[in-house]
Amino acid sequence: MKLDILMVGVGGQGTVLSSNIVCDVALAAGYDVKKSEIHGMAQRGGSVVTHIRIGEKVFAPTIPLKSADILVSFERMEFLRYSEYYSDNMTLIQNTQIISPPSVADGEAQYPQDKIDAVQKSLKKVIEVDAIGKAIELGNQKIAGMVVLGILAKNVPFEKSAWEQAIRDRVPPKTIDLNLKAFETGYNI
Amino acid sequence: MKKVLSGNEAFARAAYEAGVGVVSSYPGTPSTEITEHVAHYKEIYTEWATNEKVGLEVAIGASLGGKRAMSCMKHVGLNVAADPLMTLSYTGVNAGLVVVVADDPNMYSSQNEQDSRHYARFGKVPMMEPADSAEVKEFTKQAFELSEEYCTPVLLRSCTRISHTQTVVDLNDRVEAPDFAPENNIPKWVMIPANARKRHKVVENRLEMLTELCEGDKYNKIEMNDKNIGIVCAGVTYNYVKEAMPEASVLKLDFAWPLPMKKIASFAAQVEKLYVVEELDKFFETEIKAAGIKVEELDRDVCGELSVDAVRELFGLEPVQADVDTTLPFRPPNMCPGCSHRGIFYAINRLKLFVTGDIGCYTLGLLPPLKAINSTVCMGASIGMAHGLDKAAEGMSQKSVAVIGDSTFLHTGINSLVNTVYNQGNSTVVILDNTITGMTGHQQNAASGKDLHGNPAPKLDLVMLCKAIGVKESNIRVIDPFDVANAMEVLKEETSKPEPSVIITNKPCIFADRSVIQEPYFIHEDKCSGCRVCTKLGCPAIIWDAQKRVALIDENLCTGCHLCIKVCKFGAIEQRSK
Ligand SMILES: Cc1ncc(C[n+]2csc(CCOP(=O)(O)OP(=O)(O)O)c2C)c(N)n1
Repeated sequence: MKLDILMVGVGGQGTVLSSNIVCDVALAAGYDVKKSEIHGMAQRGGSVVTHIRIGEKVFAPTIPLKSADILVSFERMEFLRYSEYYSDNMTLIQNTQIISPPSVADGEAQYPQDKIDAVQKSLKKVIEVDAIGKAIELGNQKIAGMVVLGILAKNVPFEKSAWEQAIRDRVPPKTIDLNLKAFETGYNI
Repeated sequence: MKKVLSGNEAFARAAYEAGVGVVSSYPGTPSTEITEHVAHYKEIYTEWATNEKVGLEVAIGASLGGKRAMSCMKHVGLNVAADPLMTLSYTGVNAGLVVVVADDPNMYSSQNEQDSRHYARFGKVPMMEPADSAEVKEFTKQAFELSEEYCTPVLLRSCTRISHTQTVVDLNDRVEAPDFAPENNIPKWVMIPANARKRHKVVENRLEMLTELCEGDKYNKIEMNDKNIGIVCAGVTYNYVKEAMPEASVLKLDFAWPLPMKKIASFAAQVEKLYVVEELDKFFETEIKAAGIKVEELDRDVCGELSVDAVRELFGLEPVQADVDTTLPFRPPNMCPGCSHRGIFYAINRLKLFVTGDIGCYTLGLLPPLKAINSTVCMGASIGMAHGLDKAAEGMSQKSVAVIGDSTFLHTGINSLVNTVYNQGNSTVVILDNTITGMTGHQQNAASGKDLHGNPAPKLDLVMLCKAIGVKESNIRVIDPFDVANAMEVLKEETSKPEPSVIITNKPCIFADRSVIQEPYFIHEDKCSGCRVCTKLGCPAIIWDAQKRVALIDENLCTGCHLCIKVCKFGAIEQRSK
């Protein structure tokens, strides 16, 4: 088994919890796993990327070019920046939230919806989700990441119960039920 | 028990397992979380030092006092701590002392790309280089033992891809460190010339013994495979090599310094062609060539970081052709919505002042639309540079300011302000006191009123300090950075004075004090004239709708800081009621 997952988004979106849970699940399933991310300056609203690599034995911390099996884009356009990692069979999981880059926010440039549409058509499988909308329906915007995680779980070969256990272990005890509900919502999309 | 730990968590875990007693560090990406994680172990005394030099000196004192000690820093932090390090090499240690230094190839979060391996050679101290979190833990524990056995500080080199990569680690229990009494040994610890001359000999002798250790079987292992290609590599690079060139024979250097030249020569003799693959400077390569060993040339860029693909390409394997779209709207890091630095930079921008800048979140004031930073060199440089400008260019002090964050001012800014006052300069310094060390992820500092654990601590009084340095009381101005009009007025007044001035902003970072976050604002479309002044604040929450020609506020991002209402002349912006 080899599974390379690229998670991309905008600094401050809080994707660390989701990616930690992926690592726990892979480890519990008996695999080697490496996860590499960038902290610091980029977290101030910049484009951020996390590499997760799962396999019998993983060496490099970062995913080789054209090798991502799954790309999770926590922001609507961010996946466009990482096209060098797309593999032919890649699944894109895309949160439709828009966070405007500064040049779009001040009217200098346009949000690249055309490119998003075009690239999506060229990909084998795309799953779109309004994770914030779903999270608000469930009562808390902060659990949007869990909805996305549910979708990811559905698309990789690990037991659902392992995910639920990892979530229980990682989130604050009082929020377990809410997080599990959000995960379930994503899982059933 | 197995767990997935980042390199930084593994350094902390190793400190715990090795029975470390004291950790004193100054934050710096990518090393910061080591000390934050150490703080979770109540067995270890942990603190944020005011800078890296202080952190290392505290560690030296702790070692002298008989406790295993560690200090962690980013690569440029070791420049600041270089002074104690170079002579610590001579004194050696009492209880084990380890310095973790984290490089940042590709400069994800740094002002330069220096290669800290040079410090090991320069200081004649051993440096170990782990390749993943499991090795981080193993090497760190060994480093403490070696430190005591060879009476030397040991450097551990990390990098962004080690510190911020999680890999599988086996956890062990804490073993209390050997007992060391506080040491009183004047010829060893008092480095006057007569003593230091003798200690220098000890250092040279120690390096020879360490070289013998590196030549032995325990470290620096050879993995013989196909004999056509032999590759010498270390640290994270080992992983890229193993994945890109699985057939090659490899000599993995666990020590970046000293180098086992006999072993390298024997490896070279066993393979057809010897290559060196390393990130950043040609450190190993230069040394190995100087030892008379033939190394094949690789067309490697000494700038930036390696990857599996980069290593494949070095060896002439067909590169993977992949496209990147370079025309996408760029997404640089930006000050957060609600950032207390935005208003003052807007004021500085309006006054078109020349800004000697410093390092912190406020360095982002460089970016459009604020564009209000004209220099950034190293931490603390802004104040000395403003003084230099003042002395070199007539009238410049009236058109310029130095800007510096609270943590940076305490790190290495105070000395410079003393210098400005003492040498009768005229420059104006803006201290952006957001009560926290923001850029590295919100660590407490001496002006926070809290210690590393968040417990109450003495809060440094910046006004009193500036007064004590000799800045006139009437030239010390504490202002609200969100009040743009007042900020502009005060900046004008203070820059026009032929005396040193200090302006201190008084609003916290939104992460230092979450209570400043208020209900979001919104814009009445019908009242918005489309003048776009609010979009010139560079707030990520304010978006220009090109179709409707009005500004919008993304209420998911807005923190209710109300800076935008201060610049809107049409009363179009209003707060959501609770
Ligand atoms: C010698 C050195 N040590 C550490 C760092 C990492 N670093 C960058 S900015 C910064 C501090 C920023 O804090 P502050 O000055 O309070 O400004 P803020 O980010 O809060 O605006 C640190 C520690 C560095 N660049 N150089």
